[in-house]
Amino acid sequence: MEVLAILIPVSLFLGLMGLAAFIWTLRKGMYDDPEGDSRRILDPQYDDKPKPLRDEDAR
Amino acid sequence: MTLLSDPPRARPSACPACDAAPAAQARAEAAVPRARLLLSVPEVHCAGCISTIERDLAKMAGVRSARLNLTLKRLSVDAEASVTRDAVIDRLERLGYEAHELDPGALSMTETDRQGRELLMRLGVAGFAMMNIMLLSVAVWAGAEGVTRDMFHLISAVIAIPTIAFSGQPFFRSAMKSLRAGRMGMDVPISLAILLAVAISLFETFQSGAHAYFEAAVMLTFFLLGGRYLDFRTRAMARSAAQELAALEVPRALRLDAGGQAHEVAIADLAPGDLVLVRPGGRMPVDGVVVEGRSELDRALLTGETLPVVAQPGAQVSTGEVNLTGPLKVRVSAAGKDSSLHRMADLVATAESARTRYTTLADSAARAYAPTIPILSLGAFFAWLWISGGDLRLSVNIAIATLIITCPCALGLAVPAVVTAASGKLFRKGLLIKDGTALERLAEVDTVVFDKTGTLTMGTPVPDNLDAHPEDALRVALGLAEGSSHPLARALAGACRARGLEPAVITDLREAPGYGVQGDWQGMPVKLGRAGWVGATHAATTGAYLSLGDATHSFTFTDALRPGAADLVAGLHAQGKHVWLISGDVVPAVAAMARSLGITQWHANALPQDKAERIAALQRDGHKVLMVGDGLNDTVALTAAHVSISPASALDAARAASDMVLLGRDIGPIADAIRIARLSTRRIRENFWQSGLYNIVFVPIALFGFATPLWAALIMSVSSVTVSLNAMRLK
Repeated sequence: MEVLAILIPVSLFLGLMGLAAFIWTLRKGMYDDPEGDSRRILDPQYDDKPKPLRDEDAR
Repeated sequence: MTLLSDPPRARPSACPACDAAPAAQARAEAAVPRARLLLSVPEVHCAGCISTIERDLAKMAGVRSARLNLTLKRLSVDAEASVTRDAVIDRLERLGYEAHELDPGALSMTETDRQGRELLMRLGVAGFAMMNIMLLSVAVWAGAEGVTRDMFHLISAVIAIPTIAFSGQPFFRSAMKSLRAGRMGMDVPISLAILLAVAISLFETFQSGAHAYFEAAVMLTFFLLGGRYLDFRTRAMARSAAQELAALEVPRALRLDAGGQAHEVAIADLAPGDLVLVRPGGRMPVDGVVVEGRSELDRALLTGETLPVVAQPGAQVSTGEVNLTGPLKVRVSAAGKDSSLHRMADLVATAESARTRYTTLADSAARAYAPTIPILSLGAFFAWLWISGGDLRLSVNIAIATLIITCPCALGLAVPAVVTAASGKLFRKGLLIKDGTALERLAEVDTVVFDKTGTLTMGTPVPDNLDAHPEDALRVALGLAEGSSHPLARALAGACRARGLEPAVITDLREAPGYGVQGDWQGMPVKLGRAGWVGATHAATTGAYLSLGDATHSFTFTDALRPGAADLVAGLHAQGKHVWLISGDVVPAVAAMARSLGITQWHANALPQDKAERIAALQRDGHKVLMVGDGLNDTVALTAAHVSISPASALDAARAASDMVLLGRDIGPIADAIRIARLSTRRIRENFWQSGLYNIVFVPIALFGFATPLWAALIMSVSSVTVSLNAMRLK
């Protein structure tokens, strides 16, 4: 049962990580256009190199 | 901060001298303010559309970036202020996409965004908390005992209590509101269940009890928030679209003073007897009588007439008509509140107040169900208190289990899940739902009433006998037509250009307002215009006439049918609906249209009041009427009907009065909309039955005291998932 002392904090930590990731994606507006984003992956335009970041995009 | 330390940005000027002079560069940058344009592009649907539009607009001068949101079918363009909306709309049109302007300044838009994100955040927090607690709960259900169980319960409590405090707020707030108003809303038993479950679980945890309902409380919050979020999304989408489609108004007029000078004044300042100037292309700001000038007026949006009417001194004009060819001086007879436009608004208001408030399926279900929840659990509490001879702890535990199991988890999802699926489906077909209850009302429709001009037709004439003329005549006609902004001339020019014709060189081109255009071609006088003026004999249909020296040619026009109109009428007949055509246009035009579409019941020359009365009469006979119209003359009818649809090209007033807006040119989706609406009400009813069934089976189990937290969790997730799956079955 001593293993619980490690496993429970680990599971809680992982849960918090997931939550933090979710909040980050939400803040970045990744749920604003689910339909469009699922189609954008088919566009070869940025296949070779990613879209250059502009300061106003970084927010 | 010095100018030199400015971060490098895209330069507004390509001039190398500016690069050499940083101060000038900075000034140029300050002088070019940036603007954000928002456009609705209803026809985009794939990855190809995204890249075509975004890449083409990026090449446009002055555009910094363009991004297309496919979910909202909305294009946002980040550009310099010099880039006008019309230029962008034009560019999109050339790419083959129809676009409408939206008001980017609408503050409510960002407010809606904020609310949506807030709900999503609460949903996300509840989701992650639910997963973590479930992990611990599974261990307890699997047989953890003693200290381990107590510790797991305690950790669950530490996760659950802050989660509920954060995620449960929307329910608590709305429950408080309805309690203050003295009502028993659905949120009262929901809040009660969540809070009591947490409280009793905490108590049990400290007493080393066997059962804690933390996961059930968080799960309830999660599923109900899911329903709330879906509901919010549908409503927000509809509301923003309704607000944003740009307004079409005439707030200002040109008043002529005693010396004949024109001054711009607000319409409210005009008084009867004033003289106003209306330029070609302008909209009539007032009702009045023409005192000087000769022109033609487009009354299609007011009366449904396709053909422009002649305006000459002595003619009556009314607000909203479009002046086509020549400047007009108009003596004001009524302005502002007394104008015909305003009288129409009053009629709409009357019809609006007569419309009974529609009770939705969800409302009636909630009203019937909400009181049973506390009654059942209170009953369970007292019954067990009596049976067990005063065992308070046991009775409270059973009461809580009953409360959680009866709590309408699936009921909260039953309607929003279906409505989201249905409105998403309709949106992809180009139909936007403005009113939350519209879908349910649409499902009940058995009679469909159409307006003609602008609804079943495009409202723009198309020449139909170009083949009958020699190419020379067409080229001359094109040369002349391009010198006029008359709708027939524009239609003729457009059709000739579409055939790849080049205009003939016309010298001395001039427009005779109210008659036509004339000029010289290879030394020969040529005219394009009315029959009498050109010297031709008048044909029976809408026409324009060309004279080349002595020879005359007549061009006839028809109003192009909206794509999908014929299929729509056939489809509605196949569904067994009654179809009516009620138009303000003249008898021959309406009769011809009705015949070509196979509509047997039609009325012509209908005034706005007539349309509304016909619909009221139909409804008195027990019919549920869907009105489809676009003009100002339709607004009263649109309001009076059980449910109404208008195309995006309709006047603002008509769109505001209708429940749904058709975004694309194609009118065909309406038949689909009725089918989907019927299907979705059926799904909603099925969902109610389904969640009801779960209750019928499991409430007795809870009442008899057999329900454990495992049962509660199982029932809640299974019923919520089946309800959502049933909603997704919507094809």
